[in-house]
Amino acid sequence: MLVGYLPAGFPTVDGGIAAIRAMVEAGVDVVEVGFPYSDPVMDGPVIQRAAEAALAGGVRAADVLRTVEAVADAGASILVMSYWNPIERYGVAAFARDLAAAGGAGLITPDLIPDEADEWIAASDEHGLDRVFLVAPSSTDERVRMTTAACRGFVYASSVMGVTGARDQTSSAAPVLVDRVRRLSADPALPVAVGLGVRDGAQAAEVASFADGVIVGSALVGCLLGAPDLDAGLSALRTLTADLAGGVTRTSS
Amino acid sequence: MSDLGPNETGHFGRYGGRFVPEALIAALDQLDVEYRKAMTDDEFQAEFGRLLRDYAGTPSMLYFAERLSAQAGARIFLKREDLNHTGAHKVRNVLGQALLTRRMGKKRIIAETGAGQHGVASATAAALLDLECVVYMGEEDTRRQALNVARMELLGATVVPVQTGSRTLKDAINEALRDWVTNVDSTHYLLGTAAGPHPFPAMVRDFVRGIGVEARQQILDATGSLPDAVAACVGGGSNAIGIFHAFVPDTDVRLYGFEAGGDGVETGRHAASITGGGLGVLHGAKTYLLQDEDGQTIESHSISAGLDYPAVGPEHAWLHDTGRATYEPVTDAEAMKAFRLLCRTEGIIPAIESSHALAGALRIAPTLAAELGRTPTIVVNLSGRGDKDVETAGQWFGVLDGEE
Repeated sequence: MLVGYLPAGFPTVDGGIAAIRAMVEAGVDVVEVGFPYSDPVMDGPVIQRAAEAALAGGVRAADVLRTVEAVADAGASILVMSYWNPIERYGVAAFARDLAAAGGAGLITPDLIPDEADEWIAASDEHGLDRVFLVAPSSTDERVRMTTAACRGFVYASSVMGVTGARDQTSSAAPVLVDRVRRLSADPALPVAVGLGVRDGAQAAEVASFADGVIVGSALVGCLLGAPDLDAGLSALRTLTADLAGGVTRTSS
Repeated sequence: MSDLGPNETGHFGRYGGRFVPEALIAALDQLDVEYRKAMTDDEFQAEFGRLLRDYAGTPSMLYFAERLSAQAGARIFLKREDLNHTGAHKVRNVLGQALLTRRMGKKRIIAETGAGQHGVASATAAALLDLECVVYMGEEDTRRQALNVARMELLGATVVPVQTGSRTLKDAINEALRDWVTNVDSTHYLLGTAAGPHPFPAMVRDFVRGIGVEARQQILDATGSLPDAVAACVGGGSNAIGIFHAFVPDTDVRLYGFEAGGDGVETGRHAASITGGGLGVLHGAKTYLLQDEDGQTIESHSISAGLDYPAVGPEHAWLHDTGRATYEPVTDAEAMKAFRLLCRTEGIIPAIESSHALAGALRIAPTLAAELGRTPTIVVNLSGRGDKDVETAGQWFGVLDGEE
């Protein structure tokens, strides 16, 4: 399973929609639509730059939902990834309702732990939405159990201690964490997706050899950031996505 | 330690909690355990007490400001935190957290700073306790506050200019949180105010609550009774919670927090999170903050760098909701008027932050006098000294004098 992240509204709302569609056509199975936020403490420099540009361009909550709606039929599962305050501000129940109505599959919450998520758990149950919480190498066994029990769809293993896009080549933390999650999760069928700063097909294949899902963000966003225009960005995005998807398929088959 | 909150999960009513990446939870749990142990550990308390007394110069004096009182129509007592080492109440918090860092076996601290006061205090404690110190500071602030950058570097700290987001204090906190997520095994995040995820709001409060404990005894010794009101400025809110906390059970003592009203709350250019903001989540806690319709943080504005923060500690949000404390905005102009009045009546140059508390006290004095039918007694937390603000004040009054 290849999971690709792109922020809504970057480079424009329509450009972002085109980028997500290109990414899905080139082989992404799950899309994380980023909700650009003013204070993204989990994100590295690449995603920060794109989110800042989207905000400077005036992206709003309605644009995030419009993006979801516009790509819902593209052939992938569409989730929103958002820091908690924009959801809190929109209204948790209202956001769940509108996300479901737009055809979204669920929400990934990097700074919401299940301990604080009563309202979101109730709202996601009511609207049949997936809820993806994070586990980390520092999570205790008890927290891995509790967090996986609260997840639906998949669990996000942030296997490098650090922000998005960081990669430690020698890290052995990822396979160890995935193994712990599988051992501790009450639901053995819950897929484990790993975010590890994957940049190409070879690295995707390596991660796919031990995890159910490979999450790629910064490298994909970088295709758009580094391109002279949208067409060139989409082209780079298609090439990279195909390479990543090839890596994932190679290992999975 | 106190039974006045938060609850076991770090909530003050509906405020507080932990809105942070899972990767930080283990470190917050460890911090919570170690801080609770330290608060009841005789050895830790003895060392903290020794440093506060011999190094920081506390208890700070409670001074009856007679000439100011004559103008205010109230008996005003100043809690002289401005006389502490490094010039503010902040030294209490940094010494507590630095000792805790050593107790946890960590060798490195990181800190955020706006104008540089908390950065200098952190660098000071790091030098004293032989810890590596990295301070994150908005790039713009490193230029405006070059002297404080030099101070931190003289003390052996590394200052990292933050070039992301709005390049202000909130972005310095974001960058410090990113560092902490990456280096949490070796590093303690020495947060500068009573905000952030649990246990920071309770822990920082407990390190600074000596301000109120001392002031309560000092005013009893001086006047034989408790004051009618206690006043403090509120940015993140550490000096205010520090002086409030010991008085919270004394329900006859009114607690006033004065937020930075900037150009006026109605202009939108202010830092008054409680009186001019809304409920939300920022930097790990549910609290009041300045935000737009989509929950994007709005930049705050204040002449006082120390109050220029778009959120407030969760315990203040709770004290506001329960009605135990009253929060009001004080504009830049009101604060600067009080600044000059204290300079001219008492020969004390206050921090512009603390000048907000003074201005608030001057505002409530006639109301209190009318309500009580006698001259009220007000304790004002003079949380810091104004040496750092001389340039800002000079520009402010230079402009005004030019217009006169």
